[in-house]
Amino acid sequence: MADENKIKVTIDGKSVEVDPGTTILDAARQVGGDVVPPAMCYYSSLEGSGGKCRTCLVQVTKGSERDPRPMPKLVPSCSTAVMDGMEVSNKTSDRVLEARKGVVELLLINHPLDCPVCDQAGECHLQDLAFEHGVSQSRYDFKRREFDKVDIGEYIKLHMTRCILCYRCVYTANQLTENREHGVLKRGDAAEIGTFIEKNLKNDFIGNVIDVCPVGALTDKTFRFRSRVWYTKPMDAHRNCEKCSGKSVLWMVGDEVTRVTARKDEYGEVKEFICNDCRFDSKDVSKWTIEGPRKIKRHSVISANHYSKEIPKHTTLLNKA
Amino acid sequence: MSRKLLLENAHIEGINTYDVYRKNGGYRSVEKALKSMSPDDILEEVKKSGLRGRGGAGFPTGMKWSFLAKPDGVPRHLVCNADESEPGTFKDRYLMEKIPHLLIEGMIVSSFALGANQSYIYIRGEYMYVLQILEKAIKEAYDNGWLGKNIQGSGFDFDLAVTPGAGAYICGEETALIESLEGNRGNPRMKPPFPAVKGLWQRPTVVNNVETIAAVVPIVNDGGDEYAKIGIGRSTGTKLISASGNINKPGVYEIDLGLSVEEFIYGDDYCGGIKNGKKLKACVPGGSSVPILPHYLVCKTAEGNDRLMTYESLSEGGFETGSMLGSGGFIVYDEDQCIVRNTWNFARFYHHESCGQCSPCREGTGWMKKVLHNLEHGKGKQEDIDLLWDIQSKIEGNTICPLGDAAAWPVAAAIRHFREEFEWHVKEPSLSQEKNYGLVTEKQFETETA
Amino acid sequence: MEENNNIAFPQSLLDEVKRITDMFPEGKQKSALLRVLHLAQSHWGYLSVDIMDYVARLLHLQPIEVYEVATFYSMYDTEKVGKVKLEVCRTGPCMIEGAERIISYIENKLGIKDGETTEDGIFTLKSVECLGACGYAPMLQAGEKFHEHLTEEKVDALIEEYRKKPVANYMGLENE
Repeated sequence: MADENKIKVTIDGKSVEVDPGTTILDAARQVGGDVVPPAMCYYSSLEGSGGKCRTCLVQVTKGSERDPRPMPKLVPSCSTAVMDGMEVSNKTSDRVLEARKGVVELLLINHPLDCPVCDQAGECHLQDLAFEHGVSQSRYDFKRREFDKVDIGEYIKLHMTRCILCYRCVYTANQLTENREHGVLKRGDAAEIGTFIEKNLKNDFIGNVIDVCPVGALTDKTFRFRSRVWYTKPMDAHRNCEKCSGKSVLWMVGDEVTRVTARKDEYGEVKEFICNDCRFDSKDVSKWTIEGPRKIKRHSVISANHYSKEIPKHTTLLNKA
Repeated sequence: MSRKLLLENAHIEGINTYDVYRKNGGYRSVEKALKSMSPDDILEEVKKSGLRGRGGAGFPTGMKWSFLAKPDGVPRHLVCNADESEPGTFKDRYLMEKIPHLLIEGMIVSSFALGANQSYIYIRGEYMYVLQILEKAIKEAYDNGWLGKNIQGSGFDFDLAVTPGAGAYICGEETALIESLEGNRGNPRMKPPFPAVKGLWQRPTVVNNVETIAAVVPIVNDGGDEYAKIGIGRSTGTKLISASGNINKPGVYEIDLGLSVEEFIYGDDYCGGIKNGKKLKACVPGGSSVPILPHYLVCKTAEGNDRLMTYESLSEGGFETGSMLGSGGFIVYDEDQCIVRNTWNFARFYHHESCGQCSPCREGTGWMKKVLHNLEHGKGKQEDIDLLWDIQSKIEGNTICPLGDAAAWPVAAAIRHFREEFEWHVKEPSLSQEKNYGLVTEKQFETETA
Repeated sequence: MEENNNIAFPQSLLDEVKRITDMFPEGKQKSALLRVLHLAQSHWGYLSVDIMDYVARLLHLQPIEVYEVATFYSMYDTEKVGKVKLEVCRTGPCMIEGAERIISYIENKLGIKDGETTEDGIFTLKSVECLGACGYAPMLQAGEKFHEHLTEEKVDALIEEYRKKPVANYMGLENE
């Protein structure tokens, strides 16, 4: 029997019943599979995130049971609440696909496309997005925006040239740590993430900005250029930690822990953030209790090496780029 | 000659001072409102007047006011948008500089109607000297018992302050303005929630343009019905038009809505015709964001109707053959002006002013600027014109706030109406550096009915 | 954080800061930030990191909150500029009335390019977007003053005037 408090929404013809206040994107994630719009800036656990990248735009073909009028503009699914009886088109709408193609092209015009030398390659959301929704050729023939690489603190490298200004790291630092020392500077296409003056981000949880970054703008200096992610073997592991849950993923090469990250779900989101001790200073396998191989659900090249027999289709993107 | 409801006394010597303003009937609306009207009475008059937002969007003011949430125990605010930054628009500066007390009077009456006890005027930082004029006037109003506790013995407490921006067109967008007023970067907020529910400091807030708030004064004085007698249809009352460009008499004009565009451009009471005996080439009737009209669509619509200064008539034909009244920033171009250069200039403006928060606007405005720069400087390619069209179509409607649309529309309209001139720039790269394309040859507009 | 204790407003400006913060409800003192930054820029000429850190302390903000705002708005200078900024409007209506001609006239006259400062540190030339004076084009703003209907003669005269008395500031404040 249907729960009276639930409301019904239909996305690409698939219906689901969700709690009032749920966003279209979260409703789509409850359905799963193809109907889930891509999201580059939204991060469910970060208050205020979303609405900026515009990759999750969808078409509302029916507003609700009470007011069935369609919405005139495409809406960001991450920040639009569902109404009872709402009907949404994502992949079934040419208008959505066209707009998304445009957004991808615009996100890429100033992106360096340096995937072959980028640590994020293989687990980069922009790479995935471009592969699924973009076109192979850019029409942009101007000089791309460039910034100098900077160290923000002992462990983190900021490569602003790759940044897509999702603001996730700013929200993370704001909400997870006590003192905010980095933010968004300047404006328009000159806007950048930074500390304005070279400032060390020393907070215990600041390492999480690496995990929330959808691209290779914030990378782990203790892992930089150590290995391509697809040559490493992710293992779920935990340790007793006074500061955090200690639930992590160890990225192993043989017996060596090359990198430690928090655990991400299939949409790339961390549910339990980890502290810097676990992330940067616990690279000795004896410090951990290994639970077993991490299940990589995402159709990522990470899974290509160890966990899937499918042809790793994303590797072709590197050639195209 | 149009009536003057706002600027009637603008030329009186010393009208910027309290004494002269008061002697000429100033603050009557506050007396009337506080003595004999309830907040709902004022709202009713504003609704009856048909007043629509004068900042550009033209949303009915009475309706906007009626959306204001009124939860118990939560303060509400009225915020005056004096961030006037739309290229072609300078009416609010004129009004505030000449008759600052009119805005203050409007703020008191409107705040009373909305139940706001603390309101703000957010003025663009470049108007710092106007801010000082307003602060002086506010002080006079306090000294004379029109602001502060228990105004004129009515029991209504009301404080008013003016606060500056610091150079950002985007802060004319109401949620960006609120962010800026809170001391933040001017990044527009995601809507919903709308300011009427969660605005300044997450409290219910109404944001109105300077001219809108000033118009409440004659509406309260003379009644909404009287105000609505001026104008045509849903375009009621008077409107301040900022006239600029190649005309004989640029300046701020208060017109009756419904005046013909032809009379406005050529009439001696208004712009006085095109300067130096030149011919009209094009007109941007509502500020840089609205579509440019080629000369054959300025005074007549595509249907052959007289084009009038109303919200409806200026948009007749949609974006195909019409434009918008917008903020009333009326820019006139003579036969010597280059549309490609003007479009590049506007694109550069929007690129400069994009806040950078959402990707289509942040990246797209810069791309359009660069392509237009090439076209204007003899480095354009034929396919650039289609590319421009495509980029603007990818920005329009897909951004957080209307700045994306505002950047896209001028590009779209310029290509729509002046494609030949763009193509000429590609075909004649060196010639286009030396001379302008001139007036587009007299072109018969083809419609199904014609 | 290191504090540069040499940087402080005189009492008159501290009173002004108090007046400005009092415009806003308790706990909303961040709303005063834009105006206090104007005040600081008028007083010191530009906004150095030390000055921004000082403003942050005054208003009980994190320094990054001040940097974020100071770099967003086009009126703030985080680098040293001339005593008199000549800000020439370059947008649409001013352009068609000859703004570009005025800009290059000033460039030639002062021997600097758009964005640069004269060697004597008096003038900075900056082309800016619409200043809301379209009907009185071309125009420039120096400090808070609008100079409209510009001609080459008018430019000569106002440059001469400012050279003699290089003061063009906001809120009637004088350079330190």
